[in-house]
Amino acid sequence: MLEFVLERGNYWAVIGLMMIGLYIVFASTNLLKRLVGLATFQTSILLFYVSLSRINGGTAPILYGKDYYGDKPKGDEGAALDKSVDASLTAGDVGYVKSLEDFEHIYSNPLPHVLMLTAIVVGVATLAVGLAITVRIREAYGTVEADEIREMDLDVAISEAIDELEEREAAEGSGSA
Amino acid sequence: MIELIGALMPASVAAHAPALLVAVPMLMAPFAAILPNGRLAWLCTIFATGFSLLMAIVLLTQVRSIEGGAVISYAMGGWEPPAGIEFRIDALNAIVLLLVSGIGFLAAIFGWPSIKAEILNAKIAMFFSAYLMCFCGLLGVAATGDAFNLFVFLEISSIATYVLVALGYSRDRRALPAAANYVLMGTIGASFFVIGVGFLYAATGTLNIAELAIRLQDVADSKAVLAGYAFIFVGLGLKAAMFPLHQWLPNAYAYSPNFVTMFLAATATKVAIYALIRFLFTVFGTDFAFEGTSLVWVLMPMGIAAMVACSFQAVFQTDIKRTLAYSSVAQVGYILLGVSIGTAAGVSAGMLHLVNHGIIKGALFMAVSGVVLVYQGTSLNDFRGLGQSAPWTMTAFAISGLSLIGIPLTAGFQSKYALVSALLDQGWWWAAMILMFTSVLALIYIGRILEAIFFRAPTNPNKRQKEAPMIMLVPLWILALSSIWIGVDATFLKSLTDAAALSLFGQGAL
Repeated sequence: MLEFVLERGNYWAVIGLMMIGLYIVFASTNLLKRLVGLATFQTSILLFYVSLSRINGGTAPILYGKDYYGDKPKGDEGAALDKSVDASLTAGDVGYVKSLEDFEHIYSNPLPHVLMLTAIVVGVATLAVGLAITVRIREAYGTVEADEIREMDLDVAISEAIDELEEREAAEGSGSA
Repeated sequence: MIELIGALMPASVAAHAPALLVAVPMLMAPFAAILPNGRLAWLCTIFATGFSLLMAIVLLTQVRSIEGGAVISYAMGGWEPPAGIEFRIDALNAIVLLLVSGIGFLAAIFGWPSIKAEILNAKIAMFFSAYLMCFCGLLGVAATGDAFNLFVFLEISSIATYVLVALGYSRDRRALPAAANYVLMGTIGASFFVIGVGFLYAATGTLNIAELAIRLQDVADSKAVLAGYAFIFVGLGLKAAMFPLHQWLPNAYAYSPNFVTMFLAATATKVAIYALIRFLFTVFGTDFAFEGTSLVWVLMPMGIAAMVACSFQAVFQTDIKRTLAYSSVAQVGYILLGVSIGTAAGVSAGMLHLVNHGIIKGALFMAVSGVVLVYQGTSLNDFRGLGQSAPWTMTAFAISGLSLIGIPLTAGFQSKYALVSALLDQGWWWAAMILMFTSVLALIYIGRILEAIFFRAPTNPNKRQKEAPMIMLVPLWILALSSIWIGVDATFLKSLTDAAALSLFGQGAL
């Protein structure tokens, strides 16, 4: 049981962060704190993806050692060989692409990292828009507390409804007259 | 006519249509932002949206060129799928692309007077830039064949939408809290979606939608796939305003600038519903054991709850925009009810209603923004007696309103008829009864507005005889007349949605 829990440490961290973030979004009335919660929630997703890509004993996905040089001679001769390999790769020959089993070292999966790079950008953009709107709310209402804003809006809505009722009565009065 | 446009297009353009469709508005967006004045940005927007519409028509002809619907696979940047990002157009998303780009183009033409009145002069160019980003994001969601790419486009369109909604603050400051709420809900929805995609990636090792569908068959029982399904379902449900995840929608629609409301109501939730259909039926497929349960026990009750609860709420609103916003959630319920039947006929009916509702709601909100432009105010009182002072605008409103109710000879009747017959085929007669009942509710909330428009004396006798400007009336009447055209002869649209359903369920499913 303990082993089961400890083996999945990364997932517990992700779940914990995710729940903390969601809880802040729902429980807090301060708009800034809500955005902080949202950012925490999104960050937990980054962690989730990145921890998915991790392979036991894996290293950063940059070919090195034998995987890169292979049996290829070093120096100018090797560079010339590199060029010819590049040329045939661009020409669409995939014979040079090694399968994972041929590698000497174990590499982590680079794709989730790349995806999360995009997700970070999306997260930053969302946060920026959210903060900009919050600034505008502060200017328009003088507060960033959601419940105070709701009360102000409710007052406006009630007075609008009364106005409208009076207007309608006035219109009906003039219509019948 | 559609075939003619397709045939006239040069082959080099036609071959790259899927990429150009999305890329042109995306590239035009920053260009529009740096233009010195709003009018140039407007022309630039019309060009970009018109070009996308042209590309969508070309794609539709390409898809329809083969019996049963061709599948156009476009390798972005020459990187072959499944490793590279693929744009994949089939009978299902060709319709969605046509709807979004068509509404986007008409909205762009129609929008100028309304935007000029509601947005600060210095901001108009930026406004159009944000609109183009939103437009290109929606098209991207519909066109892409890559699950993560779908998330990115979803967020491109959403972030632009938050900005557009918040811009309503110059008319009413309540637009700002509405936009803030939308940011929170929308981001949580998109994040749930991306978590789900992460689970699927962990289980299958691919992000390509077609490849996912194949590989998921082997791991369908895995807990990770089940969790991924749930996350994607809820995430896209939030974006599509599925009951009870629709709380962000009424305020966002009621307080955003009228032009934005019109565009969003006709397209944004529709695209999210498309994505939901894509994941439900292409990626997971009806064989996925979890799905049958969730369709019958989650999607169907939620659809019915939306139809009943939000129709009731619409009846009690005094603000026209709010009435129509609640009605939008109810109509999403109709579409999801059709989808939840889980048969080709049901999905076809759902798609038919999706397109019809896009056209109807687009026209209704166009008429509302015409009224706001000339007379201000969106409350029921403000609409009194407008039948006399603005007959053309209000006749188009009335046609679309009747179409929303589902009066025969209008588009709404065709899709509700298709829905009811799909429900009866499945033996869900009680769901068909509820559908009839909510149509009566629609009759009440639309009838209330129509009564105020045509049979009441104007509240303000000084209101002069004044129509919305011609540039707004033409797109409005195009939508209103197409709603009648579909109502009289739906064979064309029906053939499109049937082909879409068949592309999901395989030939002979109807």
